[in-house]
Amino acid sequence: MILLEALYVAPPALTAQAPILAIVIPLLGACAAALAPSARTAWVISVAAAIFGAWMALAVAGEVMREGVLVYVLGGFNPPMGIALRIDAMGALMGLLIGGVGTLAAVFSGHSLVAEVRAEKHTLFQAGFLLCQAGLVGLVFTGDAFNAFVFLEVSSIGTYALVAVGEKRDRRALPAAFNYLIMGTVGATFYVIGVGFLYAATGTLNMADMAARLATLDQSTVVQAGFAFIIAGLGVKAAMFPLHGWLPGAYAGGPSLISVLLAATATKAAIYLMVRFMFEVFPQGSAFGQAFLTWGLAPLAAAGAIVCSIQAVFARELRRMIAFSSVAQVGFIFLGISLASADGLSASLFYMVAHGLMKATMFMALGALALNIGARRLDDFAGVAREAPWTAVAFAVGAASLVGTPLTMGFLAKWGLIEAAITSGQVWIAVVIAAGSVLTVIYVGRMIEVIFFRVPLPGAPRAKEAPIGVLAPLLVLAGLSIWFGLDASLPEQLAQAGAARLFEVRP
Amino acid sequence: MTWLASHFNYVVVVILMMAGLFIVFSSGNLIKRMIGLAMFQTSTGLFYITLSKVSGGTAAITLKADSETGRALAAPLDPAYVAQFGVDGVVYSNPLPHVLILTAIVVGVATLAVGLAIAVRVREAYGTVEADEIDALSRVAAEQAEPAP
Repeated sequence: MILLEALYVAPPALTAQAPILAIVIPLLGACAAALAPSARTAWVISVAAAIFGAWMALAVAGEVMREGVLVYVLGGFNPPMGIALRIDAMGALMGLLIGGVGTLAAVFSGHSLVAEVRAEKHTLFQAGFLLCQAGLVGLVFTGDAFNAFVFLEVSSIGTYALVAVGEKRDRRALPAAFNYLIMGTVGATFYVIGVGFLYAATGTLNMADMAARLATLDQSTVVQAGFAFIIAGLGVKAAMFPLHGWLPGAYAGGPSLISVLLAATATKAAIYLMVRFMFEVFPQGSAFGQAFLTWGLAPLAAAGAIVCSIQAVFARELRRMIAFSSVAQVGFIFLGISLASADGLSASLFYMVAHGLMKATMFMALGALALNIGARRLDDFAGVAREAPWTAVAFAVGAASLVGTPLTMGFLAKWGLIEAAITSGQVWIAVVIAAGSVLTVIYVGRMIEVIFFRVPLPGAPRAKEAPIGVLAPLLVLAGLSIWFGLDASLPEQLAQAGAARLFEVRP
Repeated sequence: MTWLASHFNYVVVVILMMAGLFIVFSSGNLIKRMIGLAMFQTSTGLFYITLSKVSGGTAAITLKADSETGRALAAPLDPAYVAQFGVDGVVYSNPLPHVLILTAIVVGVATLAVGLAIAVRVREAYGTVEADEIDALSRVAAEQAEPAP
């Protein structure tokens, strides 16, 4: 709260328009970056637009803290006819995560692109990055189901292209990007079909309006089928087990910047949209919804948490390891959501932020190391902590948060999830989370052992400490994981307020 | 039979949708997979348009009652109704799904363009657009990079 008030200094004229500016400025920045004469200019545009977007997200969060739900009507057409942006505490929290990680990633891209992407593609890369930012912020801010699809695809088209340009380092990025595109588009089309079903049943696309009309329609098979299509479609985008097939390749092949974005924000925005459909649009407490959460979501999430943790233990490439770990962690998040309680949802939202920050730290640290050694396999990273201590320490902080070491955000996140599971009487969920955490310790232990304690292979390329432009955002990210581990009031309050609002609408 | 006649469009939608999905997941050729994806997306277009169709409905355009088209449309209606409401009483199809699907088509075209562009780059990098050959090449490269422990 104090942090928020200290940073929140936007003038009132800007604050009034903040929700749309957070989307439009990155969008315009994308056009400007695509036309920029040099990579340097494009980078400056990208950083400026990302910082401005984050600032506006902060202004929005401040407004939401004061007023509850913020409704911004677009083009003078009042909802439910017109499209409106509708931001609650949950959306504000996601906006902050997207804006914050995006800004740090934009700063980081200045150096990392040189090593990972062909020089002639740099301006277009920045354009794709800003497109993705605009799409993600729009996705979490919008109050219209179809509008959400458009923003989802705006961000996805950006990420497909960004994964593909990783081909300079590894041509496997190309088939990976293609697979991602196929899976992502099938998922998005499922979402459109689902929205079509809901529109057929309710005659509206405004989410709040739809929720009001669906309240008595939860027995309708049209609504149930639409709901199933929407969850399956968004499940692909969120890499929900077993729909995560596209993810390891995309994370491992793409440039490090896109791994940061996908892990920290893109998949999380899809989860956020799923949560809105599950608890806000679809009537709560209906037998169908409850059956889905108990017998559909929870077992799949538990299976994902365990199976993908085991895959991470046996993976040989470091980035692939972290990618599998991400799918497993998404399983933890869905376990919390499946509790269908305010506590469970708030713990999951908090976990989403914690996981976003820790994975962004780890991927960014790997990107910083890859500047010099271009390594992929775990063994190539042997002993890099000697040459690049700061980068290695930042990586270790992210890893510690992933395991759930006390004093990091990951500890509070896991604690909250387990507590919520036990309060709801679902002890088996707490057991699954504990088991997943033990597996996490095993693979994180392998990483730390190799990076810190192994002797470098003879003749291996020597790592160097990353330049300040890379180190600064990396250390800020690592610092945030610790800061929120000590004082979690900002994300915790927003997560609790968001969850409480969803569960108070229809008690 | 009457069921088929009244749901003909929906049957076509389902057939197109399944055929598209089948091509996407069964074919190994990247271009064919894009074709399947395009079919799949197009089927949702037909679905939305079918939803919005009102039998006997016209385009949703406001008309003046004394124009030639307006008089033609007003002819079958009750004159008292036309005097009170104009030709607004003419039944028209719901325009909103049309607009939505127009947007979805634009999104689909953009995705298709990105997908085909990536397929072109795959062809340049691997010399083939067959998924199994690409997998084989990737596996060989991976084995050369890291000899079995």
